[in-house]
Amino acid sequence: MIRAHVGSSLAALAVLFAIAPALSGVVVRTKSAFAGRRGAPVGQLYRDLFKLLRKGTVYSTTTTWVFRAAPVVVLASLTAACLLLPLDGEASLVQFSGDLIAFAGLLALGRFALVLAGLDTGSSFEGMGASREVTVSSFAEPVLFLGFLGLVLATRGLTLSAMLGPALTGAWAHQTASLALVTLAFFVLLLAENSRVPVDDPATHLELTMIHEVIVLDHSGPDLAVILYASALKLALFAALIVEVTVPRDGLGLAWSLAAFVGGLLVVAVAVGVVESVMARLRLNRVPQLIVGAGALALFGLILLLR
Amino acid sequence: MRTTAELLLLLVVLTDLAVLGTSRLRTCIRAVAAQGLLLGLLPLALASQVTVHIAGLAAGTVLVKAVVLPWFLLWAIREAAVRREVEPVVGFIASLLLGALALALAFAIAGRLPASDVREPLLIPAALATVMMGLIVLTTRRKALTQVVGYLMLENGIYLFGLTQTESVPFLLEVGVLLDIFAGVFIMGIVVFHINREFDSLDSARLSELKD
Repeated sequence: MIRAHVGSSLAALAVLFAIAPALSGVVVRTKSAFAGRRGAPVGQLYRDLFKLLRKGTVYSTTTTWVFRAAPVVVLASLTAACLLLPLDGEASLVQFSGDLIAFAGLLALGRFALVLAGLDTGSSFEGMGASREVTVSSFAEPVLFLGFLGLVLATRGLTLSAMLGPALTGAWAHQTASLALVTLAFFVLLLAENSRVPVDDPATHLELTMIHEVIVLDHSGPDLAVILYASALKLALFAALIVEVTVPRDGLGLAWSLAAFVGGLLVVAVAVGVVESVMARLRLNRVPQLIVGAGALALFGLILLLR
Repeated sequence: MRTTAELLLLLVVLTDLAVLGTSRLRTCIRAVAAQGLLLGLLPLALASQVTVHIAGLAAGTVLVKAVVLPWFLLWAIREAAVRREVEPVVGFIASLLLGALALALAFAIAGRLPASDVREPLLIPAALATVMMGLIVLTTRRKALTQVVGYLMLENGIYLFGLTQTESVPFLLEVGVLLDIFAGVFIMGIVVFHINREFDSLDSARLSELKD
């Protein structure tokens, strides 16, 4: 079902798309502040993207159309996932019963395209990164569903708009503990899905430990720009999910609603930066432990709701 | 959060999960100390009015469970120079999943118990979950010190059960129980110390090997 009243949703979507690269900048700035450095400007990623868009693309002779299609598929699937979230706090642009599964599916599709592109290059290094990415996400996806299940039980809605919309305000009054636990699980999920610090270090290039960075090693020029923008968008998408859960915004005017949305996104970005500054990256075989721990929290929230 | 007691009970369950999920002994002991503190605050939160009996119980619990025993266990790991639980019988992921299962089971059983008409509905499930998770730690970890932590969790769960009856159990009995745990952990500490001296490790699996 396409929503009739689209103005506010489109505005929120535009804000999300515009602000996404700045969120990574805020994370970097927070880390610099902790380390006592000045750090790159918040808008650095916009400049990088602009620079990359003007460059040419180099394709390895071993790659096929799979490699060329990946950036487009990643960005398209993430954009579609953004359409499913009620970004203005009331209703999403596209909604249908069970769209939460489509949301998880779209995230998986983007990941799948990226992993295939990594394997397509024939580099064993990228194959290793692909295998790690898939391992992490195979633990992360059940946690996402557990969290969604908690939201479904708390609000009795089967669409993302119903789950994250006005019904959530009432749910916070009665089910505070469960929703707090779900939020915590989503935050760990954000760190894991976006390869942030306890799971992977986004600042390392060319190291054996990295997960996400290694898969995109062979992309260049506009392709790399699209992929970098897509990963910034993914971070923004998960941050938006957390903001949707924690900040009910129904009844506010459009301007206030958008202001709360942007403020929430910035707070999440700063929180990510703080986590990255105070924690060390976990050993790779410890990562599943962290994500399963988040799953245990989400499950605990679920059990409290079923009581 | 409807009541402070509910919040405290939720935090108790979270400390249980923390003990299940971590491999560092120091973190385990800190989690159990935090649990002891929460348990000490619970009688105050549950009581309609604070009497000398309840205040005494709270003070005694905090003193023994949150200060003396953790301090003693931290001393023991310093003496024995152990930091991590290296190879538990059941891995950390599996024990977290077992813990989640125990949690689900605890809520399922608590709904069927005839005594579920207490003031705080979360009290019995939290008690059952703590007992079960304590049992998991006690049976699946190899290091003798982690087993002591498991024993403490088990006892904390029993204490939570006891809280349903605070108004009818005499004070002396509760003090007796606290003294029992204290003695128990003390004896365990000495045993741990001897295991360490004998084998140069705290691996309790070594105890099952036959020797002359």
